[in-house]
Amino acid sequence: MTGNIAAIGAALAVIGAGIGIGNIGAKAMEAIARQPEAVGDIRSNMILMAALIEGAALIAIILAFFG
Amino acid sequence: MRKYFLSFCCIVCLSLFASAQHDGHNHDGHDHSGHDHSQHQHGDHSGHNHSHDGHDHSGHDHSNHDHGAHAGHAHAADQGHGHHGTKNGCGVETHHEFKPGEAAFHHISDQNIYSIGPFSLPLPCFLYAPEKGWDVFSSGKFYADSHGTGEKAYNKYVLFEGSVRRVQDASFPDGAVELGHHAVFGKKLKDAKGKDKEFAFVCYNGQQYQCDSKSTADAGMFGGGITSFYDFSMTKNVVSMILVFLFLAWVFLSMAKSYKARRGMAPKGITNFMEPIFIFIQDEVAKPFLGHKWMTYLPFLQCIFFFILGLNLFGQVPFLGGSNVTGNLAFTAVLAIAAFLVTNLSGNAHYWGHTLWMPGVPAILKILVITPVEILGLFIKPITLMLRLFANITAGHMVIAIFVGLIFVFGQSGANPGAAYGTAVGSTILTLFMMAIELLVAFIQAFVFTILTASYIGAAVEEAHH
Repeated sequence: MTGNIAAIGAALAVIGAGIGIGNIGAKAMEAIARQPEAVGDIRSNMILMAALIEGAALIAIILAFFG
Repeated sequence: MRKYFLSFCCIVCLSLFASAQHDGHNHDGHDHSGHDHSQHQHGDHSGHNHSHDGHDHSGHDHSNHDHGAHAGHAHAADQGHGHHGTKNGCGVETHHEFKPGEAAFHHISDQNIYSIGPFSLPLPCFLYAPEKGWDVFSSGKFYADSHGTGEKAYNKYVLFEGSVRRVQDASFPDGAVELGHHAVFGKKLKDAKGKDKEFAFVCYNGQQYQCDSKSTADAGMFGGGITSFYDFSMTKNVVSMILVFLFLAWVFLSMAKSYKARRGMAPKGITNFMEPIFIFIQDEVAKPFLGHKWMTYLPFLQCIFFFILGLNLFGQVPFLGGSNVTGNLAFTAVLAIAAFLVTNLSGNAHYWGHTLWMPGVPAILKILVITPVEILGLFIKPITLMLRLFANITAGHMVIAIFVGLIFVFGQSGANPGAAYGTAVGSTILTLFMMAIELLVAFIQAFVFTILTASYIGAAVEEAHH
């Protein structure tokens, strides 16, 4: 199977996004455990932050494949 | 309700227009210089290395061609190595090895026919070529086979893997032309940059004609090349959008009617189902992000949310053509442009002041760093909106298509039925699992698009704190 260097770039971007989203998830769980009554606010902010990180990773992936 | 309906119509019209021109990232390269004469060749009765080929080549008249027998050599060497393929009238092997990636791309791309299982429903084609004018006809005139490749040409247009292509060469006849099986085929060639790319070719009368690339909305800026025609057809994506639009219009109009008829009573039926979702967007998205102006932007946000959600879910209904509208870059680009316009047109002085001339920062820093970055940020926000939706939905569809493709990979395209059955069980389970995840993604992505749009608008309309 042949690949190209762009695949490595995309993989690096995904690693970064994985670490970022993992951190968000961990901290959100912690926050919910501390303050279960704020679960709604925490959840929507968690999704918002994950989406922003995902956006950065997606730009990297698209640039890796189309650039 | 009327305001909601109006902005809804607006987005639908824009998206219909953008999507009709196909998505901008075709993989065809930009060589459209007509056909390549060096590749003319006979049928393959000279038998260089296809002695075992038992198919007939009756589709063309050999006596008209006197290219030497050597003309076929070079080409036969790179095309003639298949051993169970079928050859078309030009002696080109058209059955290639199954490649799951290519098959998946084919299945998620927009098409000029709507295929459900073995049936291909024809769709109207609105094609414009500058030197010839408009052509309006049904894509049924192409007589598409099960792969979406046409067996007839019409007014120099042919159908290749579901999408309309045009032959630019003047010697190709107008009107309806019988081409035969596998007469339109893809061939890997080097493009101008030396990369391998697949180009569409038509075989007619024993000659190969190169087709133009797909028409693109971007005038070839992103590598699609300038083509000799424009495609404004009602494609599969457009049909899906119209269906979802009609469905949503019906649902919301009947909801409005039931609110009037049952004033003061508890909602019931479809209203009962939709109201919590509507209220969720209103309370969790519009109110926290938009402050006291939430009423103004609520119709726009609801419209975006339900349209994306409807299309996401429609694309996941199995055996319904698997239309991939929200996984189409042109469609998500229109949504992102709508979000961009609403954000920036409603931006107040406070917003523009902080974007262009951030207070409290040294002037040199403003000019060199802050203002350029803020201006870039204006455009990066809608671009990420566009890419996020596109990438998430496309990825989901592709993973499912590749899981199904594994059956053919392990079954070696029918040579190993045992492995195919075994893989079929495994990939069915994996596909069901993916579809469950995709159901979640359909909601999350619609929600994320809406909440991000709301936060951008919220930042633009926020009043200064003094």
